[in-house]
Amino acid sequence: MRYPLAASMLALALLAGCSSTPMSSDQGASVEDRSAGAGTIPTVRPDQPQGAGLAALRDPNNILSKRAIMFDYDSFTIRGQYMPLIEAHGRFLAANPQMKMLIQGSADERGSREYNLALGQKRSDAVKKALMLLGAKEGQIESVSLGEEKPQCTERTEACYAENRRGEMLYAGEF
Amino acid sequence: MMKLTDLLRFLLIALLATVALTARAQLSIEITGAGANRFPVAVAVMEGESQLPRSVTEVVRGDLERSGLFSLVEMGPRPMSEAMPPDFAYLRTRGADAIAVGTVVPAQSGKYEVRVRLYDTRQEAQLDALTLTMTPAQYRATGHKIADVIYERITGLKGVFSTQIAYVVKSGGQYKLQIADSDGANPQTALASNEPIISPSWSPDGGRLAYVSFEAKKPVVYVHTLASGLRSVAANFKGSNSAPAWSPDGSRLAVVLTKDGLSQLYTVNPDGSGVTRLATSSSIDTEPAFSHDGQWIYFTSDRGGSPQIYRIATAGGRAERVTFEGSYNVTPRPSPDGQTMTYIARTGNGFQVAIMDVATRQFAVLTDTGRDESPSFAPNSRMILYATEIGGRGVLAAVSSDGRIKQRLSVQAADVREPAWGPLPR
Repeated sequence: MRYPLAASMLALALLAGCSSTPMSSDQGASVEDRSAGAGTIPTVRPDQPQGAGLAALRDPNNILSKRAIMFDYDSFTIRGQYMPLIEAHGRFLAANPQMKMLIQGSADERGSREYNLALGQKRSDAVKKALMLLGAKEGQIESVSLGEEKPQCTERTEACYAENRRGEMLYAGEF
Repeated sequence: MMKLTDLLRFLLIALLATVALTARAQLSIEITGAGANRFPVAVAVMEGESQLPRSVTEVVRGDLERSGLFSLVEMGPRPMSEAMPPDFAYLRTRGADAIAVGTVVPAQSGKYEVRVRLYDTRQEAQLDALTLTMTPAQYRATGHKIADVIYERITGLKGVFSTQIAYVVKSGGQYKLQIADSDGANPQTALASNEPIISPSWSPDGGRLAYVSFEAKKPVVYVHTLASGLRSVAANFKGSNSAPAWSPDGSRLAVVLTKDGLSQLYTVNPDGSGVTRLATSSSIDTEPAFSHDGQWIYFTSDRGGSPQIYRIATAGGRAERVTFEGSYNVTPRPSPDGQTMTYIARTGNGFQVAIMDVATRQFAVLTDTGRDESPSFAPNSRMILYATEIGGRGVLAAVSSDGRIKQRLSVQAADVREPAWGPLPR
């Protein structure tokens, strides 16, 4: 699967949609209820983005829900097609300085595990640098490598290898 | 030689494939190639051994047989005591150049004393004699010690039957770092995790393993004391931390960190203190390994455009390129005797275990498999343990440094990878 995270978010969104139906009819019936308390005081979580930001990360129609950048063989250059994605996340990080991101780089399985770990690091570093050019701060991002250890695709085809040469952007709470 | 060994190998595999039907959770070893001139040795059933629930003699025979260096001369079920001189003339007619005889006698508090003598049948001389005390449960350890003595007396090299190996088993989504005897017996799990574990490295005293675990969703280097199960973080800097390698005196670990950018070489104390940068380059530098004398650190670098092996003096200085042939040479592991280095070379057949003479820089490919990785020398420098793949499954294999002896170690229904051969017991 190409975007497992996006898919699970979509599933969550669908579930949330189902359960909200009876809640809205309840709200309609309890308009006069003015008793103090429950549900009126929002919980502030300083580690997480407020309002629209968080929802945008999970909205499958929003580009921010997409997190993966694929690389060519033996390459660490971000292809042009991913620039809108990089720009969206770079701006989001710049606008939400409390947000933290982990970038996990990966390599295809061919060759030494440790050398592949180093190749994955070059990919996550490339993503990090691109995000920083768009205003993300060094302290917000950690770039690491999973090498060949966590392949998205396990077949031995060029298409699969290509999918495993990637950088994955994860926000705090998602890894 | 090619045709005959190929035929022999085929027959052995066919034979062993039928034997291997017995499912076992532990690593089982198959011999897939043997030495050209195997030394004929007889190991007689030890007198009094029937008192023991499990046979020590069988352990000794199994060890010598699997080494690929010996042919066992059939001696029949009649025990031979160590108190009686053997019939040398008869043994020579049987083709045995050496014989081990032994006696098992009860000792205090449920223990047994095992007395063994090794003779040269041509010189009609005793080569060695030893006495070991054991509990019945220690029959394997006792057998390994006896086999070590026989191996050393006859080959001149230290036996490695009493050593342990570490490796990672992947089964489903579970990763287990296991320690087993060098024959695959007694597997024990030191670490079980839902995240990958790679690059185990034995401390020179055999008491600790350094490794990389991804349990924190990123590579972190841990040092794990096997006896206690206690572990500590040796390197967890921002970015990736990987490729631990012990200095020969056990005082330092070479590691690869990305805290300052690209994957670069550093050393740290095993407790994580005292981080020092070892070298600075504008390329990937990884997979460090100390030479036996601690003078050099061999490593992989792509500074020349493709991954190749280099070395740098531990004291610092300029890196010197070691491999020139081919476009992919990685994972250097200098031999404990200082003579050679094993590594992985990409050839026309894929990724294969190769060996290089350190002095002459001559090299040879040792295997006929194409997905080899993570080579690791036995402490006597005679065998190289490595990971490869057969039938889509990760297995461990071993090859002698001359390429003649080949063994395969596999676990039923699991992927085995990342082997590391432990040091000689102290």
